[in-house]
Amino acid sequence: MDTPYAIEMLNITKRFPGIIANDNITLRLKKGEIHALLGENGAGKSTLMSVLFGLYQPEEGIIKKDGKEVSIKNPNDANALGIGMVHQHFKLVECFTVLDNIILGVEDTKNGLLQKKEARKKVVALSEKYGLSIDPDALIEDITVGMQQRVEILKMLYRDNEILIFDEPTAVLTPQEIDELMKIMKNLASEGKSILFISHKLAEIMKVSDRCSVLRKGAYIGTLETAKTSIEELSAMMVGRNVNFHVEKQEKAPSDVVLDVENLCVKSETHNLDAVKNVSFKVRRGEIVCIAGIDGNGQKELIESITGLTNAHSGSIKMLGKDITREKIRKRNVMGMSHIPEDRHKHGLVLDYSLEDNLILERYFEPEFTNKAGFLKRKNIRKYADRLIEEYDIRSGQGAITIARSMSGGNQQKAIIAREIDKNPELLVAVQPTRGLDVGAIEYIHKHLVEQRDADKAVLMVSYELEEVMDVSDRILVLFEGEIVGEFDPKKTTEEELGLYMAGAKRDEVKA
Amino acid sequence: MKKLLKNDGVQTFLASLLCIILGMLIGYIVLLFINPAGAGKAIMDIMRNFFNFSNPLMQLKRFGNTVAKTMPLLLCSLSILFSYKVGLFNIGVAGQYCIGVCASLYAALAWHWNWFFCMTFAIVAGAFAGMLVGLLKSLFNVNEVISGIMLNWIILYFTNMTLNKVKEVASPYTLYIDQVNPGAFLPNAGLDKLFNNNQYITIAVPIALVVTIAVYVVLNKTKLGYELRATGLNAKAAKYCGMAEKKNMILSLVISGALAGLGASLLYQTGYMRWECTSASVPAMGFNGIATAFLGGLNPIGAIFSSYFIQHITDGGSYVDKSMYCSQISDLISSIIIYLCGFVFFMKYAFNKVLNKKKEPVNNANAKTDKGGEN
Ligand SMILES: Nc1ncnc2c1ncn2[C@@H]1O[C@H](COP(=O)(O)OP(=O)(O)OP(=O)(O)O)[C@@H](O)[C@H]1O
Ligand SMILES: [Mg+2]
Repeated sequence: MDTPYAIEMLNITKRFPGIIANDNITLRLKKGEIHALLGENGAGKSTLMSVLFGLYQPEEGIIKKDGKEVSIKNPNDANALGIGMVHQHFKLVECFTVLDNIILGVEDTKNGLLQKKEARKKVVALSEKYGLSIDPDALIEDITVGMQQRVEILKMLYRDNEILIFDEPTAVLTPQEIDELMKIMKNLASEGKSILFISHKLAEIMKVSDRCSVLRKGAYIGTLETAKTSIEELSAMMVGRNVNFHVEKQEKAPSDVVLDVENLCVKSETHNLDAVKNVSFKVRRGEIVCIAGIDGNGQKELIESITGLTNAHSGSIKMLGKDITREKIRKRNVMGMSHIPEDRHKHGLVLDYSLEDNLILERYFEPEFTNKAGFLKRKNIRKYADRLIEEYDIRSGQGAITIARSMSGGNQQKAIIAREIDKNPELLVAVQPTRGLDVGAIEYIHKHLVEQRDADKAVLMVSYELEEVMDVSDRILVLFEGEIVGEFDPKKTTEEELGLYMAGAKRDEVKA
Repeated sequence: MKKLLKNDGVQTFLASLLCIILGMLIGYIVLLFINPAGAGKAIMDIMRNFFNFSNPLMQLKRFGNTVAKTMPLLLCSLSILFSYKVGLFNIGVAGQYCIGVCASLYAALAWHWNWFFCMTFAIVAGAFAGMLVGLLKSLFNVNEVISGIMLNWIILYFTNMTLNKVKEVASPYTLYIDQVNPGAFLPNAGLDKLFNNNQYITIAVPIALVVTIAVYVVLNKTKLGYELRATGLNAKAAKYCGMAEKKNMILSLVISGALAGLGASLLYQTGYMRWECTSASVPAMGFNGIATAFLGGLNPIGAIFSSYFIQHITDGGSYVDKSMYCSQISDLISSIIIYLCGFVFFMKYAFNKVLNKKKEPVNNANAKTDKGGEN
């Protein structure tokens, strides 16, 4: 049987407690095409791809490869059929090196001993060929999320898979890296590989995909030729209404200083040098300050020392006039600091707790949720959770009692954002707040950030996405190799100019 | 039906049952190898325990013995599961139990304290031993398993040495409490009457049950439990949201040790046992607590049943016909069953796997494949 389709998923239905994640979905992937899959948070994209990769068994429907029906019971079956997947939340062994992670499961052995030399050569060759720069000997737990992403991609390339599933691969990559990845994907497709690609970033979908399919609330909406559609049409198809891509905000003069960082130096976790070098800046009430820069230039260490996850070894951090350089995290929180962390699984959530228990993670000790005898006030917790779920449109199978692990990535993110913003903080530290959110949700979150600012709160944001940086912020600081190399007014600069500073090609003396 | 099978509690129960049956089966096979003639009877004798007596009054009295010994085991398994919720494997429970023995007996026999103070002293001693493990872990990042095992040995010899001062001249055993200081016995409060005047049935039983419920409540209903479980599930997130993870770690080990110490006092202050000052290992009670905790699905209420069961077969072992098997056989068989009981979670996993296989996709050959796409 000759067919133009590499993969056909026919009438797939997958149910979870309280929700039909995939409702009779049919998706056909042509050979050598890049097929984008898009839809709101919780629409069922990851679920559908997990079915293809053998992680879930659908209740109904069949999968065909090259026209022949196949049965994919587990990821090993998928691998044997040449299907590889980069997951939305990486599946890497934290305490292994990059190289070990890439070869894990397909190691070459000789007399029972690992043969890593060949593997290393292949990995290095692949990483050079596709410009996915990695350090094969670094431990996963020490490298940034962006780098982990590259490891995941290499893992798939290393296995010579011919059907590649990318579940939101670009959510954490820098614009340059995304461009690189787009090139890689095009290369791979022209080499005959077929690619399924989930993304919330419509611009890149327009740029790279041949066709795209849209899901909404578990149902299949339609498939379009990318060349014959537009971002507006796609987003309307996704969320069922028109989306405003630009942040509306009024001019506002910043007032008192909320955060005052002076000559801050922070040690790197990976090497012995300083990751943050002598950094000074201020964040005032009524402004959104954005730290721009390429991932791995000290953002992580800077933020962690401000929020208290690590300690700076010299310099000072003042909040509302009080020195908090060595203050406990709880103290900082109670003083009015909120933190949307970069890695939602590592820091942001207790995945095996219910949604409601996650929503009170930073407030459980308040009298509203704990009585004097130390008992939790379950009724109040439920009421509070239900309010946030409603207000922030957090979608899940079973509402407040849903286990966080089973929620879709975007909805997990929404839960964290709801928790942090609803605390009504004096200072909101947001790292990649819109990572993995759909266009509708991003619009909503941006509105919330601006509301914070308009309510005379201070917002410090880290984003790798220039468009977001330009759109949301009132002031931009560029971080390069642990130093602030430029300060900009978003209205008076361009993405190109920022790009030069971020790459280290230009720098100013800055004392912000 | 399917829904029932998918319920977590039901699954744990079934998995536990499966483990028990498997343990019995393997025990039976081992007995077959040693002496095929009596294997079936031996297993039955173990399971029958006190029912081996025909006189109902005698049965009741012996049942009381098993109940009395269940209480310390229950406390040890609570100790294990409490620390386990915080992500720590407190193998030092055996030593914390041992130091509890040391404290309660020494206070009773050397200082002539009354029962309440002896018990409190045992709790404090156990808590202190737990704290040592906790401090080593949080200050110097010493693995709690390693330091726990080391501490077990240190405590064992310390106990032998200390209790040597209150031992009988002619034997390696400590003095009888009733001869030295009857005030150290836990009060019977009339409970002994329920078990045909079994003197070992004391307020230990209600104490243990109340503590069990308290542990359940603390873990599931309080702020402390919320913090401890969060720390156990994701220590990084606990740190991120400002919980004092180190303090919590120490605290949970302190509580864990206190539970084990209390367990020791609940047994030794009934006069059921005396300490042998030449003991070459810490009492098995602590280690049995590990299997018990897992058999009970790491749930305090489950631990009540699992600890009774484990104690039931441990006691039942003494009824095995010694003319056919050597005297250690009872320990061997009960250990095999206990060992298997540690596999509850594996069983649950296997169970789930089978369950999921059963409801595989119905490959609908005439599915309307042309629906839902214009491609
Ligand atoms: N293992 C699971 N158990 C229970 N429910 C699940 C499970 N996995 C997903 N779900 C539910 O199925 C729905 C679809 O989730 P899925 O992860 O496929 O969404 P998604 O389209 O990938 O969203 P996102 O863009 O946020 O990643 C969600 O409502 C989620 O709560
Ligand atoms: Mg997803």
